[in-house]
Amino acid sequence: MKISIERAVLLKAVAQAQSVVERRNTIPILANVLIEAEGSDVSFRATDLDIEVVDRVPAMVERAGATTVNAVMLHEIVRKLPDGATVALAADEAAGRLSIEAGRSSFSLATLPKEDFPVMASSEYAANFSAAAPVLRRLFDKSKFAISTEETRYYLNGVYMHVSEAEGGRVLRCVATDGHRLARIDADLPPGAEEMPGVIVPRKTVGELRKLLDDDEAQIAVSVSETKIRFATPEITLTSKVIDGTFPDYTRVIPTGNTKKMEVDAQAFAKAVDRVATVSSERSRAVKLQLDEDRLVLSVNAPDAGAAEEELAVAYGDDRLEIGFNAKYLLEIASQVDRENAVFMFNSAGEPALMREGNDTSAIYVVMPMRV
Amino acid sequence: MPALCRDCFHTFEAGARCPACRSPRVLSHPELFDLTIAHMDCDAFYASVEKRDDPALADKPVIIGGGQRGVVSTACYIARIRGVRSAMPMFQALKLCPEAVVIRPRGEHYAAISRQIRALMEELSPAIEPLSLDEAFLDMTGTARLHGAPPAVMLARLVKRMEDELGLSGSIGLSHNKFLAKVASDLDKPRGFSVIGAAEAADFLRDKPVSLIWGVGGATRASLERAGIRTFADLLRWDKTDLHARFGTMGDRLWHLARGQDDRRVSSHHPVKSISNETTFFEDTADPELLDGHLWRLAEKVADRAKAKDIAGRVVTLKLKRADFRGLTRRISLPDATQSADRIYRTARALFDTALGEAPFRLIGVGISDLASAETADRSGDLLDPQAARRIAAERATDAIRARFGTGAILKGRAIR
Repeated sequence: MKISIERAVLLKAVAQAQSVVERRNTIPILANVLIEAEGSDVSFRATDLDIEVVDRVPAMVERAGATTVNAVMLHEIVRKLPDGATVALAADEAAGRLSIEAGRSSFSLATLPKEDFPVMASSEYAANFSAAAPVLRRLFDKSKFAISTEETRYYLNGVYMHVSEAEGGRVLRCVATDGHRLARIDADLPPGAEEMPGVIVPRKTVGELRKLLDDDEAQIAVSVSETKIRFATPEITLTSKVIDGTFPDYTRVIPTGNTKKMEVDAQAFAKAVDRVATVSSERSRAVKLQLDEDRLVLSVNAPDAGAAEEELAVAYGDDRLEIGFNAKYLLEIASQVDRENAVFMFNSAGEPALMREGNDTSAIYVVMPMRV
Repeated sequence: MPALCRDCFHTFEAGARCPACRSPRVLSHPELFDLTIAHMDCDAFYASVEKRDDPALADKPVIIGGGQRGVVSTACYIARIRGVRSAMPMFQALKLCPEAVVIRPRGEHYAAISRQIRALMEELSPAIEPLSLDEAFLDMTGTARLHGAPPAVMLARLVKRMEDELGLSGSIGLSHNKFLAKVASDLDKPRGFSVIGAAEAADFLRDKPVSLIWGVGGATRASLERAGIRTFADLLRWDKTDLHARFGTMGDRLWHLARGQDDRRVSSHHPVKSISNETTFFEDTADPELLDGHLWRLAEKVADRAKAKDIAGRVVTLKLKRADFRGLTRRISLPDATQSADRIYRTARALFDTALGEAPFRLIGVGISDLASAETADRSGDLLDPQAARRIAAERATDAIRARFGTGAILKGRAIR
């Protein structure tokens, strides 16, 4: 194999590969990226056995062929090369080395045979559809903060993507929860997605997917089976196993009988929560909300550290209410609001609260209160 | 050289026998009346209590420990002559000493006696740091004028009173810091009184193995040995920065200890870092029902101790030991601290489910760590488990009933599995 390639193009492909590679793994080949050159393309393939990413980029291919080399090291080298350089990669199969040359720099890296590289088995997908990058970006960006890190509840370690019934018809829905907060985000159902099985997309896959979604104009080809999900742009294909588990019935978690409505400027609310939470030294910082007619008092009382209080004008016309929340959870959901006011629906101090943006029910958040 | 009679507390210039009562139990040392940090260690405490309570045991080897599968917690001096040691597996102890009388530890009884001893010590100094039920450090600095006698005299009186009033003997180590006081108390057990002065500390330590240091167990000893450190003399050859580079803060401590230096204060306020309980089974088991029952009881014990101390933990740990003694530890961080038996149990249970494939087990343990104040505990509910808040409330009600009518007043069904 012998190719030459632009440094910027190479860097982007290798960066994607090295972020999939598991840092601490015991199987040497899994630390490597598989480089395959053919025609006028070079593909870079990396896997952690759960996720596989293939990035196909144009290059000058002098001699077709394939080899594997340590992904992190290759990334480091390319990153440190000067901008605008052209990089020549040449594999010496007999010596088991890959040489990397750019300008006056030259490197030689140990390779492992391409035959040892595990390629994810292809599978039949039950549904294939196309979605605009901004649609997927919204679905995952607004839900991923609620993904659980609790390993014993592994079925919560991802975003549950499925087809559901909403007021305006069937929707593509993403749900994530860790038992303390929940995010439920809907998007119009893309044609072809009707038969999609519900899948739990793992946290790491959500992170890798995000890198495919920066271009507003991009269309992402999505393929879903019971066990795998694939996201593809013309250059990059991201294939991932989905979490083998049953996502809990989240519908019963979403309160329907909450009638006490508070409307507040989301930014002003978030800033006030952040300010009062400063005095709390504990990691599970509880903020108390006292609601009276059109008036919200936020307070924190930390016996060891001190106390803080802030008053905020809100629209509220119901009975007096006192309810406590983890400050971090309130901040996270308030920061999801970007267009209109935040609307909170409360019931009692012991029951979960619901938050949405204005009257838009396509993105709702549920948060569990704390005893204060 | 100043000397003290350990029987009549007469003080005099050195001699083989007490000029007042002719007792040979004479203690003399150049720094005897200047040293103020002491370590008191009861002699074979649990076994001595049992022998005191049942005089028929007086001439028999007595081992205190938990059942066939447990370990020896205390062996009396007769059993020790046969080679029985603390922490030795019980089967091994019984091989060495088949006629030994094995007694299950009576924790609450020992704790009550420990409080009596503690009361005697508190008459000597307010600065007492108990290490366990049967040993404590005492800082007697500045008490000589109050008592009208130097610390050495008061300490000799203390052990005499323990013998006379409680029927239990103890050994005293007296020095100028905690490390040396603890080393000293072990020098001529039982009924010992040893003194290590500042002038002789370095000489005394030189040929001693570093395992003398409290807290240097098998693992540390092995890593010290890899560095060629076996005795204090080996330690003295090391540069301070090299020791630090190799052993971290432990290295700093070793450098000072090698020179007989230890500036830790005697303090009764040591923050607790974790709470845990464990059980070794009579025979290895893979029975999930049985293990589940143990898991619940252990979780409840841990929760009870946390509630008594008014603290809660953010991390729940499950500890298992496989049949071949290999350990297995799983831990999980909770979003908020807990002191609830129910939450500790459920969390440990989820961890246990991931480890069930490793059964059978010989030991199971549950603990909490990353401690916080109880105020912050169990305040947020679980969206996916709406019953959780009710179970916490039920547990609080159970606690209230127990506080009033005793622990047996109300039990969970799974506690009797």
